[in-house]
Amino acid sequence: MKLAKVIGTIVATKKIESLANSKILMIQPLNEKKENSGSPIAAIDTVKAGPGDLVYYTLSREAALALEEPFAPVDAAITGIVDQINIEKRDMKKSIFENEIM
Amino acid sequence: MKLCRIIGNVVSTEKAPSFTGHKLMIVQPINEKGEDVSDSFLSFDTVQAGSGDIVLVQQEGNTARELLGTRDDPFHSVIVGIVDKISVTKEK
Repeated sequence: MKLAKVIGTIVATKKIESLANSKILMIQPLNEKKENSGSPIAAIDTVKAGPGDLVYYTLSREAALALEEPFAPVDAAITGIVDQINIEKRDMKKSIFENEIM
Repeated sequence: MKLCRIIGNVVSTEKAPSFTGHKLMIVQPINEKGEDVSDSFLSFDTVQAGSGDIVLVQQEGNTARELLGTRDDPFHSVIVGIVDKISVTKEK
């Protein structure tokens, strides 16, 4: 799962039957600093997201499970709208990393 | 599984119903020396991990669904352990 920004909507009238009433949005994957992270993809909306929303999405088989029709041919679905991102960059416990010389 | 550092969490109310009640963390993949590798992503927590912890993250649906929900919930990535020690053997 990754963060993403909804950058547009996609209309496709001619498509697989089981996708008939699903809304397709164009999303730009982001990292935690909201910088672009990978190229934009098309994803099925399941949470009534709209252009400009900060969302997160699920890939692979699990994306289809987010739809009413779990066997639709979908590999990317928006599964949540982000209200808030909390970044707490605490420094790691260095002691965890121990190098043993063979 | 990926070795990751937790750098924060995400709050959302409008989401897939089965996500309710689960903590969604932001995880940053790291290498054996703790350096960041590639971009951060999101993962559900099952071990009460917090920011700064080093964790093991599983990115495979079956495991996630097994741990978090039922057979047909869209869980995909889950934190499965908190790391105490990593010892890397270095050839001379």
